Amino acid sequence: MTAKIVTITSGKGGVGKTTATANLGAALASHGLRVVCIDADIGLRNLDVVMGLENRIVYDFVDVVEGRCKLRQAMIRDKRLENLFLIPAAQTRDKTAVSPQDMIRLGEELRHDFDWVLIDSPAGIERGFRNAIAPADLVLIVTNPEVSAVRDADRIIGLIEAEEKGPGRLILNRVKPEMVRRGDMLGTEDILDVLAIELIGIVPEDERVTVATNQGVPIALDAGSRAGQAFQNIARRLLGEEVPFESLEGRDGFFGRISRLMRAGGEG
Amino acid sequence: MDTEIDIKGLSEGLLISLPTGDWESVRDMLLDAVAQQAEFFNGARVALQLLDRELGAAELGRLRDELSSSGVTLWAVLSTNEITRGAAADLGLDRELPSRSPRTSEDRPTGDQALPGEEAILIERTLRSGHSVRFPGHVMVLGDVNPGAEITAGGHIIIWGRLRGVVHAGAEGDESAVVCALDLAPTQLRIASHISVSPARKGKPKPEMALVREGQLIAEPWQAKRG
Repeated sequence: MTAKIVTITSGKGGVGKTTATANLGAALASHGLRVVCIDADIGLRNLDVVMGLENRIVYDFVDVVEGRCKLRQAMIRDKRLENLFLIPAAQTRDKTAVSPQDMIRLGEELRHDFDWVLIDSPAGIERGFRNAIAPADLVLIVTNPEVSAVRDADRIIGLIEAEEKGPGRLILNRVKPEMVRRGDMLGTEDILDVLAIELIGIVPEDERVTVATNQGVPIALDAGSRAGQAFQNIARRLLGEEVPFESLEGRDGFFGRISRLMRAGGEG
Repeated sequence: MDTEIDIKGLSEGLLISLPTGDWESVRDMLLDAVAQQAEFFNGARVALQLLDRELGAAELGRLRDELSSSGVTLWAVLSTNEITRGAAADLGLDRELPSRSPRTSEDRPTGDQALPGEEAILIERTLRSGHSVRFPGHVMVLGDVNPGAEITAGGHIIIWGRLRGVVHAGAEGDESAVVCALDLAPTQLRIASHISVSPARKGKPKPEMALVREGQLIAEPWQAKRG
């Protein structure tokens, strides 16, 4: 097996990196693939909570790096999907406990045993981010339709390009179709206009995500959820399938766009 | 070049040629120039052309410290004098420019076809948030300048794309400098000492040129130059 290593990052915090990592992991594993998710947010771990595996942690990622345990001992098997694993972050250390070289070594070791390695990056542009992208074959950038999140995504894309890991692909998370339609929220086109990278998925705002996250159940396994469906579609796109983008902006998208244009003009 | 400081832009930083004459006064002249254009020099990387001037490590070290307190990094010293080269080596400074440094005006082809020009750089990519370009000549970008990116130029700034970041043309005080973009919507635009923010956009973007006219910073449609 030769795994593909994918890092999920954003620059800004709170846009949904951890939720995206957990759900893409679950979605890929539901195709029968062997998947491991690594929480690279050392000191502020929470991928274990989102995946509902917090109470099973014995060893963590820093224990592996510092040689206190074998890689296998730090891997926690998911409750539902037997081919999905988590390597949790250390809670009591900080990002300097790990170097980009450690991450590359770990990635190479995992490549042989898995189909997909997903790395949940910490927010920010410092050491933790550099650690997280060091071993990546592909970087997914998560952003929300908000000016500040888009600005940070732009900065991150520049840094990823400078590390020659670019250009990466974009996940637009927490889109409220109703607000976009009214012209109160940045639309997909507006965001792609600035960021100029390829889109891999649009995830609608969905209250069920919050419920699922709090319960430690991946929404991607909930066939009735639009957000879950969107994560499943991203996973299929990662696997090379051509999946058309969900039309979130509704059937009146054309009129919505016209009214948005008129509104933009009217403000001047 | 005998009595004046000459500044050229390289892709690695600035190349400053110092005039001949008493070192104390030449050094003061350089520090004055840096102080007067503090905004332009702040954060700059500088190589000094000293020709055959003889300087010891103590004098070079002091100059480096004085420059660094103005935010200028001394990165290389070019000299034909062995003592000066030795002093530069002791301080860990480069003594040569990287060989891929761009042509300067002296070594441009001088055939009949060559027209006089000015130093400019061409940036063939989109400048994203956090990117910063600083150049004493003109700056041309084939791509967008996103919010959070900055360009500081001694001369004109021409953007073949959308301008949404912060730009400063004529940063050394040249009021004749202009800023052109296919879509001129900067976060902030400065020419020499004039500052302006973009008015809210009306309708479709059109190519525009910003310039200073009668002491006012204005934008007008960007059209071919007449006359």
